[in-house]
Amino acid sequence: MAEEIKVGCARPTGGPVGEPSPVPEEKPQQQIKEVKTMLTVGKKAPDFTSPAYHKGKFVSVKLSEYLGKWVILCFYPGDFTFV
Amino acid sequence: MSVDSVFVHKMWNDHELSKMVQGGVPFAMLSDGGGKVGSVYGVYLEDAGVEARGRFIIDPDGVIQGFEVLTPPVGRNIGESFRQIQAFQHVRNSKGAEATPSGWKPGKLTLKPGPDLVGKVWEVWKTGMAFD
Repeated sequence: MAEEIKVGCARPTGGPVGEPSPVPEEKPQQQIKEVKTMLTVGKKAPDFTSPAYHKGKFVSVKLSEYLGKWVILCFYPGDFTFV
Repeated sequence: MSVDSVFVHKMWNDHELSKMVQGGVPFAMLSDGGGKVGSVYGVYLEDAGVEARGRFIIDPDGVIQGFEVLTPPVGRNIGESFRQIQAFQHVRNSKGAEATPSGWKPGKLTLKPGPDLVGKVWEVWKTGMAFD
């Protein structure tokens, strides 16, 4: 039977259950250090394009189109949660 | 921006948010399926498949001036975001000649950093000014 879940502030998620899938044979791992560029204040905000809903229309938004303006870029866990 | 599709954004805006804000959300609601943009900004929570409450202030040159990231259960203080933007705008308009100390709000005292101010902040800025 489906169990009722507690609804929190983030979308409920699931995942695969049961035996873990066979681990792929380990190749001699090259130690590739992933250099993740940390975001830093005083540095350029990474540009992106993103589909968006804006005033009744579906549009494509590009961050760099807002050059010349102040921008607040806000992430949140999911629609129908607070901000 | 969230991992929801633009269709869900539309439903949320049209059926709930427009009941809180007249005319609905005035700004673009961005969709980041898979969290690709969120990953670049360091706010995508892989295990949950959602984005944390990240907020970035980006100036007219496209430079990040500040950010704040919270885990999902705690909401933000919108007034503080506005205060920070006002402070960054003030500093920018002064071409860096002025700085805004703790608790600064428009109309409050700013500082003019320079050799003469070193060791003298206590004379002009009082701790009570950090609070409203």
